[in-house]
Amino acid sequence: MSYTRRQTLAIGLGAATAALLPYRAALAAAEDDIAAFTGGAEVGTGGITLTAPEIAENGNTVPIEVSAPGAVSILILAAGNPNPGVATFNFGPLSASQTASTRIRLAGTQDVVAVAKMADGSFVSDRKEVKVTIGGCGG
Amino acid sequence: MISRRDFLQAAMASAALYGGSGFGNWSRLAAQQALSQDDLLSFDSFGNVSLIHVTDIHAQLKPIWFREPEINLGVGPNKGEVPHITGADFRRLYGIDDGSPSHYALTYDDFTALGKAYGRMGGLDRVATVINAIRADRPDALLLDGGDTWHGSYTCYHTQGQDMVTAMNALKPDAMTFHWEFTLGTDKVLEHVNALPFAALGQNIFDAEWDEPAENFKPYEMFERGGVKIAVIGQAFPYMPIANPSWMFPEYSFGIRDERMQEMVDEVRGMGAELVVLLSHNGFDVDKKMAGVVTGIDVILSGHTHDALPEPVLVGETIIVASGSNGKFVSRVDLDVRDGQMMGFRHKLIPIFSDVIAPDPEMTAVIDEIRAPHLAQLEEVIGTTDSLLYRRGNFNGSWDDLICQALLEEREAEIALSPGVRWGPSLMPGDAITREDIWNVTSMTYGQAYRTEMTGEFLKVVLEDVADNLFNPDPYYQQGGDMVRTGGLGYRIDITKPQGERISDMTLLKSGESIDPSRSYVIAGWASVNEGTEGPQIWDVVESHIKRIGTVTLDPNTSVQVVTG
Repeated sequence: MSYTRRQTLAIGLGAATAALLPYRAALAAAEDDIAAFTGGAEVGTGGITLTAPEIAENGNTVPIEVSAPGAVSILILAAGNPNPGVATFNFGPLSASQTASTRIRLAGTQDVVAVAKMADGSFVSDRKEVKVTIGGCGG
Repeated sequence: MISRRDFLQAAMASAALYGGSGFGNWSRLAAQQALSQDDLLSFDSFGNVSLIHVTDIHAQLKPIWFREPEINLGVGPNKGEVPHITGADFRRLYGIDDGSPSHYALTYDDFTALGKAYGRMGGLDRVATVINAIRADRPDALLLDGGDTWHGSYTCYHTQGQDMVTAMNALKPDAMTFHWEFTLGTDKVLEHVNALPFAALGQNIFDAEWDEPAENFKPYEMFERGGVKIAVIGQAFPYMPIANPSWMFPEYSFGIRDERMQEMVDEVRGMGAELVVLLSHNGFDVDKKMAGVVTGIDVILSGHTHDALPEPVLVGETIIVASGSNGKFVSRVDLDVRDGQMMGFRHKLIPIFSDVIAPDPEMTAVIDEIRAPHLAQLEEVIGTTDSLLYRRGNFNGSWDDLICQALLEEREAEIALSPGVRWGPSLMPGDAITREDIWNVTSMTYGQAYRTEMTGEFLKVVLEDVADNLFNPDPYYQQGGDMVRTGGLGYRIDITKPQGERISDMTLLKSGESIDPSRSYVIAGWASVNEGTEGPQIWDVVESHIKRIGTVTLDPNTSVQVVTG
C-alpha cells in the first residue's frame, strides 16, 4: 500500500485525468470503429483468442496477443481509451500463422477488443477486461 | 467399471469413515487430552507416492502463537465456501469438537484460553521431526515448499534471506516456488536461486522485456518416485509487481497465464507424467478457478492466502490442498497412481503442536546457530501487552490497530494506513513484547514509514482499489491480501457492490466529521510500493511507541462497518 508524495500526486493526477475522460464517448467511438471494420456485418464468437493479463503490471505497456487461424485481418481496440484504435493486422495468403502480439497503453480499467475478418468474409470477436490498478498489499 | 472420479470420491469417503484423513481421529483424542506425537503423526501409508507440503512459513523458525481469522469473506462463487468459513461454522463443517486442539489450531475463538492448554505452534525443528517421520515411512516422499519462505523476521531481514535458505536446505526440499522472496531484489534472489540444491519453479515467471519465460526459473521438474513419473509445475504469485514494489525486480513479469499452464500440463503429460502436481502461490480461490479452467492437474498444493483446511477440496478431478502458514501445519498427501492415473488419495493436515512434537536436534542446532549473533537484539523486551495481539482477518487486527496508533502518534498524522498482509504471528495477553515480536509483524525490505497528504477523494480511490483486490467476484482479479488497515478513519463497506460503490460513510474519527473529498488529510503509512519512499523504518516507529506507552491495551475496533448482503 501507498505512495510517496510525488507519486501520490502523479497518481492523483492520473486518476483525475481518467475521471475526466468521456468514457461513454470512448465506447461509442469503439463501436464506430468496429462498424467501420465490419461494414455493419454480424460479429460472431469463437475461432479467435485474445490473450491479455487480468491485471496490468504497468498500464503504460500492456502485452497482448491475438490469434485467429484463417483470418485475413484483425482489428485491436482499447475500448476505454480516448482514441480506441490500437492496430489492424493484415495477413497475406502466405502468412504462416495469423497471430500477432504487441504492447498497448491503457488509460484505465477497460475491455480490450479484437475483431477478426475471416477469409470467407465473416467476422468473429473476443474481448478481455484488463484492470489497471494503483497497487495493493500482497499476502 | 468404476470411473476415476468414483475412485476419488470413494477414497475421500473412506478417509472420512476410517479417519484416514487423520482428522476425526486426532480431534477425538484431543478431547481426551491425550495428544501425543505418535497420534499426530499416525498415518496408514497409502498408494505409492507421498507428497509433503509446507508453505508461507514467513521465516518463522521458532514456535509462535497464530490466531486464524474471524472474518474471511468470500464473494461471487466463493461466498460461504471454504476457506471463507470461520469459527463455529468451520468446526461444524469438519466435525471438530469445541475446545479440542483442532478448534485451537484452525479457528479463532477462545484463542487465549485454548492457547494456555495447547501451547505455541510451529517451529522449523518440529517441522523437521514430522518430515523425518514421513520419510522414515516413505523414504522417497517429495517435499515441496510453496514459497513466502525467505521473508518475515529480524534474522531473515538482516541476513537477506540466508537464514531461511540455510534452514530449508537442511530439510532437503525437492522444489520451491516464490512470492516475497523477490522483495530481496533481483540480485539477491538470483544469488540464492542459483545456489539452491533443488528446483526453483515458476511457469509464470517471465522476462519483462521480452515477455518470454525467465531463464533462471524452470516451469516444472520431473521426478520418478515409487515407480511413478511425477511432474511438479510451479506457479509463483501472479501479482507481485502490483502488490509488491516492481522496482525491486524490474526484470520480471508474472501474471496468472493459465494458457501456458495448460501448455505445460500437456507438455509433461506428453513426456509421460503419470501424476501432475501444481505447486502454487496463487491463493486458494485462484487455484479453485484454475482447477476448473486447466485440465489434467491431479493435485494443487495451494499457498499464499494462508488457509489451513483439514480436507482437500475437490474440483472436477483435481484435489486442492491448503496447508496454512507460519509453520503451523505440514500436509501429507499419499496417492495411489496406477496406469498413468491418480486412483485415490489419503491426506492429513498435521498440526505442529510445539509442546507435543519433539524438536529435531540437528535442526535446533541450525536454528540456534542462525540466531546466536542476533540473540541480544531479538530478546530485548520493549513492553508488554494486556490485549491479544493478532493480525489475520479481512478488516483489522489488533496488531494493526497498534501499528496505526504508533503511526498516528509518532508521526503526527490524522489518518494511518497499514497494509493488509496476512503474515505476522500473534501475542497473548500478558506476553512481553520483544524486538523480535515487532519485526515478525513488520519486517520487509520496503518498511519506510511515509508521511504525506491525500485528499478525501483520493483516499476513497485507495480504499476502493484495495477493496476490489479482495472482493472482486472473479478470483483472477483478486490479489490475496486483506483490506488495508486504517487508523483515525472509519468507513462502511458493502462487499457486494462493484468497484467505486463499496466504500461509504468515511469518517475522521478524531472529530467525527465526514471525510471531505476536497480537503487534504495528513496520512502516515508504510510499505509503499513506490521507489524512493522516505521515512523511518516502521519497526523503529512501533518500537519507540511501545517503549513510550509501556503496556499495550487496545479497545475493540469498531471503525469499519461491513455489509455482506
